[in-house]
Amino acid sequence: MKFVDEFREGGPAGSLVRSIAELCGERSLTVMEVCGTHTMSIARNGIKQLLPEGLSLISGPGCPVCVTPNGVIDRAIALAGEKGVIVASFGDMLKVPGSSTSLDKKRAGGGDVRVVASTLEALQLAEANPAAEVIFIGVGFETTAPTVAASLMTARKRDVRNYSVLAAHKLVPPALRALSSNDVKINGYLLPGHVSAVIGTRPYEFLVRKYGIGGVVSGFEALDILQSVKMLVQQIISGETKVENQYTRVVKAEGNPAAISLMDEVFEVCDSEWRGIGAIPSSGFRIREAFATMDAAKKFDIYVEPAQEAKGCRCGDILQGRLQPSECRLFASTCTPENPVGPCMVSSEGTCAAYYKYNRNEHA
Amino acid sequence: MCVAVPMKLISAVDGLGVVEISGVKRNVGLQLVPEAKVGDYLIVHAGYAIQILDEKEAEETLALFKEMEGLG
Repeated sequence: MKFVDEFREGGPAGSLVRSIAELCGERSLTVMEVCGTHTMSIARNGIKQLLPEGLSLISGPGCPVCVTPNGVIDRAIALAGEKGVIVASFGDMLKVPGSSTSLDKKRAGGGDVRVVASTLEALQLAEANPAAEVIFIGVGFETTAPTVAASLMTARKRDVRNYSVLAAHKLVPPALRALSSNDVKINGYLLPGHVSAVIGTRPYEFLVRKYGIGGVVSGFEALDILQSVKMLVQQIISGETKVENQYTRVVKAEGNPAAISLMDEVFEVCDSEWRGIGAIPSSGFRIREAFATMDAAKKFDIYVEPAQEAKGCRCGDILQGRLQPSECRLFASTCTPENPVGPCMVSSEGTCAAYYKYNRNEHA
Repeated sequence: MCVAVPMKLISAVDGLGVVEISGVKRNVGLQLVPEAKVGDYLIVHAGYAIQILDEKEAEETLALFKEMEGLG
């Protein structure tokens, strides 16, 4: 595959690993990645094991399903129980346990829940089922939000009136602000590749100005990640923290202006609840008043019981890098990918699921 | 979940395109990359292209890797 295989050739990996070790020396440094696909790539390629002992890579809140609070899942489940409603969702939301059940179990009990790979499919579903109300569960970061915005614009253009979105989008820079003022000391961030493809590199500049913490926007291949870690270690030890871009083949400083303007037309920034972290100011999107007829939260006024968290689940601490999965008592015992207790074990890019699949034996 | 594999745009009509990767074809929305042209490699997320791969930058990163390999 062009532009893939070349980036997977092992050649410079050894040289990168050696120079990271030389740069690091005896220092203790903590680098956080905030993208679930980075978490997966780091685990799959065994990158942690290649790095010097003093350099820890920890995972932050980079998995969209994992940071979605139970209240949203409970609302989606309640909507799926309404007559004439089809709930359309990305597949990885289905098994996430809400306060008492999941979308998957709701479907087994007769709820109409359909898995779609995109909002294009959700919109097609609405057009193919004019008598039903199709509600898309809009979770995800700035990567997914523009695709949801695009679907609302298309629905308006084509006058599709039975399509709406339950919007629960989260924004990465405000989460980094919350993490940077947290008790977990972070020396630098591996910044997400595709969120940055949309928003660019400028929204991270406050990290340097306000917290003196730098970051490197990274691609997803092992060589990309190793090179980004090297760039990050270089800036940490030189004391010249900055926002750098390793993933130049995809990420521009200004991001994707068409996507940004579409998001801005459909959404407005609001305070938002993150699982385990709590409310973060200005960290989410809600649908603007101009699109209220397509906002499922306004269109369907249903009662949802106050949300409850699973007992013993430490997803909240894991999402903030405070705990490693192996430090949770439920990990790999009560909580497994087949029978997940918390969302970090559900999504394939959740920190616990990635550890379970690739690193479990180290902790056994 | 991000798909890190760029896919080649082989046709585009009215904001809807077809991309191809290893012989498999998929539909993609092009509303977020209105400037995309047939032949471009696209980064696709949740059914929509979100960015066009910059081939010159890709070559530069690869050249840098090549140089490091020489040092290794």
